[in-house]
Amino acid sequence: MTVEANPTSLPNLPPGPLDASAGPPDATNGKVVIRLSQIAKNYQVGTETVHALRGVDLTIYKGEYVAIMGPSGSGKSTMMNVLGCLDTPSSGRFELNGIDVSDMDDNRLADIRNQEIGFVFQTFNLLARSTALHNVELPLIYAGVNAERRREVAIEAMGQVGLADRMLHKPNEMSGGQRQRVAVARALVNHPSIILADEPTGNLDSKTGEEIMGLFEVLYKKGNTLIVVTHEEDVARHARRLIRIRDGLIASDEIITHKTAVSA
Amino acid sequence: MRFSSEIKEGISISWMTIRSNKMRTALTTLGIVIGIVTVTLMQTAIEGLNKAFLKSISAIGTDVLYVQRHSWFSDEPWWKVRNRRIITPEHARLVAQQATLASAVAPDAGDFGTVKYNNRSASSVMILGCVADTVTVANLNVIEGRFLSSSEVDGARPVCVLGSELAANFFPHESPIGKKIRIEGIPYEVVGVIGKIGSFLGLFNFDNRVMIPMTRFLGDITHWPNVTITVKVRDIRQMNDAIDELRGIMRKIRRLEPGMPDDFAINQQDAFIKTFNKLGTSIAAAGLIVAGLSLFVGGIGIMNIMFVSVAERTKEIGLRKALGARRRTILLQFLLEAAIICLGGGLLALGIAYPLSWVVDRFLPTSMSFGIVCVALAVSLATGVISGFLPAWRASRLSPVEALRNE
Repeated sequence: MTVEANPTSLPNLPPGPLDASAGPPDATNGKVVIRLSQIAKNYQVGTETVHALRGVDLTIYKGEYVAIMGPSGSGKSTMMNVLGCLDTPSSGRFELNGIDVSDMDDNRLADIRNQEIGFVFQTFNLLARSTALHNVELPLIYAGVNAERRREVAIEAMGQVGLADRMLHKPNEMSGGQRQRVAVARALVNHPSIILADEPTGNLDSKTGEEIMGLFEVLYKKGNTLIVVTHEEDVARHARRLIRIRDGLIASDEIITHKTAVSA
Repeated sequence: MRFSSEIKEGISISWMTIRSNKMRTALTTLGIVIGIVTVTLMQTAIEGLNKAFLKSISAIGTDVLYVQRHSWFSDEPWWKVRNRRIITPEHARLVAQQATLASAVAPDAGDFGTVKYNNRSASSVMILGCVADTVTVANLNVIEGRFLSSSEVDGARPVCVLGSELAANFFPHESPIGKKIRIEGIPYEVVGVIGKIGSFLGLFNFDNRVMIPMTRFLGDITHWPNVTITVKVRDIRQMNDAIDELRGIMRKIRRLEPGMPDDFAINQQDAFIKTFNKLGTSIAAAGLIVAGLSLFVGGIGIMNIMFVSVAERTKEIGLRKALGARRRTILLQFLLEAAIICLGGGLLALGIAYPLSWVVDRFLPTSMSFGIVCVALAVSLATGVISGFLPAWRASRLSPVEALRNE
């Protein structure tokens, strides 16, 4: 990933509402990772149909750092589930790396999640009885990587999040920040197309939360595509592009200027 | 590659789960343990019963027919057959003359009596009137001296042959040959000893017998003997022809009009085996029902605990699915867990059943065979897979979004 292809390295634009159907205006030379067109998701709750998403169009380019915000009930979680291939849309087309995943069955979606998406959850979701290293190895097990190679790659990922000395600790022997770092290592280990973080600092104190956001900054600089779903402005501010969702539609899509971050 | 690493992962997860829920797993396994112990002991007992029976039945001989007043296993009411005429040694002589498919024909008759030697005495000894051919038809093994000769039988000589137990009891330190014993008070000279035969189904001891010439038996023991004519068939493949021939001869000898029912029976080992097999099948069926019921109860326990296991690990299932576990992977994981619990129960059950099989061995000569071990393990594995399937299948169908939301 070169710096030139990174949309956020383009001239800064004043923050403000943009055309919701398009990505950042100047990000045309990047490679498209996610393309949503007219994505809708309806749920049946009793006799009532809930329209969680009402026809969302969104394009995210490789190497972008996107924050998705919205109040509860806005369709933010549904959006995250669709982007994470945990759920399929009721209608519309979702292309991930040019492949239409909107109609895939359970097993193929599992493979897509395994190969293309790295999840970071609010509650970490580590296996409590397994070592940190085994937790990181988990996606590789489902990818069918042999034990030796698995170990190698997992150790490397643990190094990337600065936990090379904590590999054989179990989650309950680690602090919250360390646990979330293990989760980040697990998200990285398969070299996914996108890293999808759902309230990654929600269970952390503000200092540790800042540390995790710092780690994300490093990952972003290394060329990873990050999508962070949050309701905290402080967290969202770390991203380079902010998408606000309201009533199942994109209410705003703006570029965030980072004088310090860009110069860093 | 992917499949094998999934299996390895599944086994290690199951192991961790079982280890962290020791008490729960142990209690659940109890049902399986009881079921498998029942299966194993049932099988062991049935095998022992078969072995004991086959050992006993071999004394009867497969190529031998017995002409007797009554059938061994008959559905006919007792009052119908009770007045049948006796069979005499004379009948045996006529059969021997006329039967073409027989290689040897020998009458014998027995009664219980008392035998004495010096100051030793044995009561309830089977005194058997025999002929020279008895040694052939009964397939007796003379280990010392010789059997009764034709001339001794014809001349009604006071000679006898001892069963091995009788010989050992009366003559522990000396050879019985040439010694004089008293049978029902009458002196007989011992000319031979028969080797050990064993007992018949633990009921009748073949070694506690003394054999004397038929001619003497008729005078010294009884005048109205209940004779059995033992017929050894020349070719075992002609068994049915031999039965037909024998029946014809007997009807002729006893002057039965056509249409009259037989007033004698032709018995053979086959009848014993058939009856035993019928009995054995009922015993096995009853045993299997009991074992099946306890396994069923055990299986329900496993299913129950697997549902609990799935419920309390819903979030973990969601996470694994999010990380790329397919339905198959989740299914496999929970099936493995159920199978490991049951297999562990099976092994435990074998450990319990093994010493118990020694207890069974005291009544029936048996031991836990390799086959039984395999059957027990296969049954416990199958129980695990069958009862674990529904919970595992349900787990595999969970939606990752729903499962992850679970707390």
